[in-house]
This record gives sequence, structure tokens and C-alpha cells, in this order.
Amino acid sequence: MKICLKIVSGHFYGDNGKMKEYHYTGPVEHRFSPYSFNGGTVLAVAGEDFAIVASDTRLSEGYSIHSRDSPKCYKLTNTTVIGCSGFHGDCLTLTKIIDARLKMYKHSNNKSMTSGAIAAMLSTILYGRRFFPYYVYNIIGGLDEEGKGAVYSFDPVGSYQRDTYKAGGSASAMLQPLLDNQIGFKNMEGVQHLPLNQEKAVQLVKDVFISAAERDVYTGDALRICIVTKEGIKEETVPLRKD
Amino acid sequence: MALASVLQSESVDFSNYGRQRHGFASGLYEAELGLESVGGDRLSFALSTSCSNEDGPDRKIEFLHGTTTLAFKFQHGVIVAVDSRATAGSYIASQTVKKVIEINPYLLGTMAGGAADCSFWERLLARQCRVYELRNKERISVAAASKLLANMVYQYKGMGLSMGTMVCGWDKTGPGLYYVDSEGNRVCGDLFAVGSGSMYAYGIVDSGLKQKDLTVEEACDLGRRAIYQATYRDAYSGGQVNLYHVHSEGWTRVSQSDVLMLHQQYQAEKA
Repeated sequence: MKICLKIVSGHFYGDNGKMKEYHYTGPVEHRFSPYSFNGGTVLAVAGEDFAIVASDTRLSEGYSIHSRDSPKCYKLTNTTVIGCSGFHGDCLTLTKIIDARLKMYKHSNNKSMTSGAIAAMLSTILYGRRFFPYYVYNIIGGLDEEGKGAVYSFDPVGSYQRDTYKAGGSASAMLQPLLDNQIGFKNMEGVQHLPLNQEKAVQLVKDVFISAAERDVYTGDALRICIVTKEGIKEETVPLRKD
Repeated sequence: MALASVLQSESVDFSNYGRQRHGFASGLYEAELGLESVGGDRLSFALSTSCSNEDGPDRKIEFLHGTTTLAFKFQHGVIVAVDSRATAGSYIASQTVKKVIEINPYLLGTMAGGAADCSFWERLLARQCRVYELRNKERISVAAASKLLANMVYQYKGMGLSMGTMVCGWDKTGPGLYYVDSEGNRVCGDLFAVGSGSMYAYGIVDSGLKQKDLTVEEACDLGRRAIYQATYRDAYSGGQVNLYHVHSEGWTRVSQSDVLMLHQQYQAEKA
């Protein structure tokens, strides 16, 4: 499995991440790539009776920023929000497809899809494109049938599992360890495992994104937080570093 | 193809184009775990492009993949033990992956390779097993179930599926254990270990199985120990050890133990 640490417009980087010589001679195969990487970070946390889905709002490509106001959370139902990061074109198409499928389900079954059902459906939608994947990292946050918070995280081809918290997107490797420590109490001894309440969770999400914006070029501008409770979905916007 | 019948695929078939998955990921979470099939025998005259870290069948660099799964038959059935780590390169994507898929109450499948491939095809296998039950009014045998899975993925041979799974169950001929992978292999056996940590696991199980007639307790301990030792030495395996026992009534989830706890327990026993 690989990690591609170079940026998308990396004409100057060779296979192993070292700078290539500028005077490279010889045939080079150029090929149209149907994908591009638009950055962005998504985070979801599940609480006892709430779920939070948060994303930054920066849309980038290479060295440029296309938009500072392009949130990556999409409301699916009254109890479910999805966060999609990766290639923006696929994010848009995927959310359109999910919306259509939700509508079809509602018309044939006369009820809204539950979070778990949406997650299972998304898995098959993603796997349907197993040989030309949607380049999207999805995280679904919502309430399950018992009213408890649920988070489902996906890989681009549809493998998924239910979590308590998950970070996805460009700054995921920076955020996930922090969440492991603060929410999962991992690698801490002698600490009381206090359950997370909504105010603390929201504050934690804000702090964590501020940190991500410091160190990840693709994350910043603003933070959009969607809080899902049985009363409905509340949205909050918090400014982040714009540089 | 089987895939198209399950999903009303409205998208164009890009299967020729999409052979090489382009990963520009600086996001990392492809959740590949376990054994990757050796698809590197195909000749390729194309020069490697600048983003040649490709995972498609033309892959030149062999990656060892992170997982340890094992299963062995013994007198009282089959023990299935797995770790729970999923890695994407050197990033640990998850420490709580369920690598044992419960196909039905008496059949289990393990997961190694591409997580989505394993869970999707085994879920499809569950559907096929249920259809078999309804048509034939009896449970499907482990041999037949593993054959169904092997035939399903054989249609996609060479297209880049990555799946190394063990189908374990109990049918009217007794305990059954088959290894099936996306290359088309399907072998019956008494003991299999799959993944980057498999060699370490084999060492433990081979030495522990010398004595005949293990009790259920001893067999469970052996399976747990084998996975623990594999996670100890293999960087790509870790998390928790999930242990299942398949017996004549079906399967039971025996335990889920965190590897750190096991480590402290074994250290204490040594002292």
C-alpha cells in the first residue's frame, strides 16, 4: 500500500518523493487523469444522544484555492449528515446519487432511511464502481434507531465500519491521534473515562480543526459544524486561518 | 456479471480504463489489509508514469500487507483467530476492524487483502447461501459455499481484486476449512494462516498442535497466542485478537482481547 506524499501538480517529484532533475531526457508518458485532489478534512464524533459532523470549507487544487466557502458536509435526512472529501467532482456526483436513492426509498417504503441503512447502501454504491472508484473519503454521522450517536467511516471502494469518532481527508493523520487521546483516552493511565457531552465535543472539534489548519495546507478558511440531535440538525460556522 | 446483477449499475463500464487505480492520496485510508495477490506477471510496455505508485495488477513493487488471520481444525471443530489492524502504507487506518465476517450462523469468513473486496463478496456469498437453503431445504456445505465464492471471484481474475479468505464452518461431514483467494485458489486444509504475520502464527500453531486432542480451552489459547505473537513481531498486525470457535451447533464468539492486555498477561505468567 502506498502513501503519495507529493502534491498533485508534482511534475518535479519522482517516484520516491525526491526532487527529479530538471533536465530529464527521454520519453515520458503523459496521460489524462480523471481525478484531481481538492483537499479538505472531515471529522465526525458520536455522543450518547448526538452526533457531530464537521468539515473545513476550503476547496483547493494544487497550489491554488478555488473557494473558501465550499463545505464538505451534506445533509441527507433529519438524522444523518455525510462528510465527503477528496475529489470534489466525485463528491458532488456521489451526494446526488445518494439523494436520489434516498428519495426512491422514501417513495417505495414510506419512511426515511436510517443511518445504518444509508451506510450499507453507500457501501454498495461505492463498490459498484470498484474498477473506477469514486475518489471520495466518506464519513457518515447521525443517530441510530435507538437515538444514540453513530459514525460510519468508509474507504473509497466501500469498506465501512461503525466508529465512535473518525477523521478523514487531508489532515486525517494529524487529527486521528488527537481524537484517540482525547475521546478514546488511549495511552493514558489513571484518567477517568468521562463520557463526552455535547458542549465539550463541539469545543474539542473546534480546537482540533484550529490545529489542523496550522499544519495542513489544504485545511483552513472556515469550519462548518453540523450537530445532529433528535431535535434536528444545527449548523455553526467558525472562522479558521485563511493562509 | 454477478456484480452488475446486484447493483443496477448506471455508470459506463470503464473496466478497461480503470485497471490502474490512480491514487493521488495524500489522504490515506484505502484500508488494504492482509494478503495481496501476486498479479505482477503481466508484461507492461508502458513507461511508468510519474505517479507510478499504482495498486493495479501491473504493480511492480510487492507490498507486504498488514494482517494476521489464522484458522485450524481440531477435534472439537475449527478455531478462527484474527487481528484487527488496517494499514494504509505506514498509517494505521483502524485498530478495530472486524476481520471475521459472519456469513450465517454456522459459516464464517476471514478477511485479508482489500477490505471492501472481502466484505462485499462475502456478503454476496451470504446471500447465495441463503438462496441455496431456500431452494434445497438444507444447509449449504462448507465445500459448496467456498466453491461459490471461488467461482464468483474467478470471473474477475486479473482485474485487480484482492482477497485472501478462509471459509470455515461445520456441515454434515464435520468441520470444514477452505482457503479461497482472488487468484482462483481454493484449497481444503487443516490449518491456514494468511497475511504478513502468517509465518509467526504458523510457528506457534505448528508447535502447539503437536499434542493431539486439544480441549476447546487449549485450542482457543493456542489461537490467541499465535495471533499475539504475530502482532508482537509484525508491525502491520495489531489491535485486538478476535477469537471464534465453530462447532456442531454453529459458531460462537469466544473472546476479543486487546494485544496490550495479552502482553501483560503473558509477561505475568512468565514470572
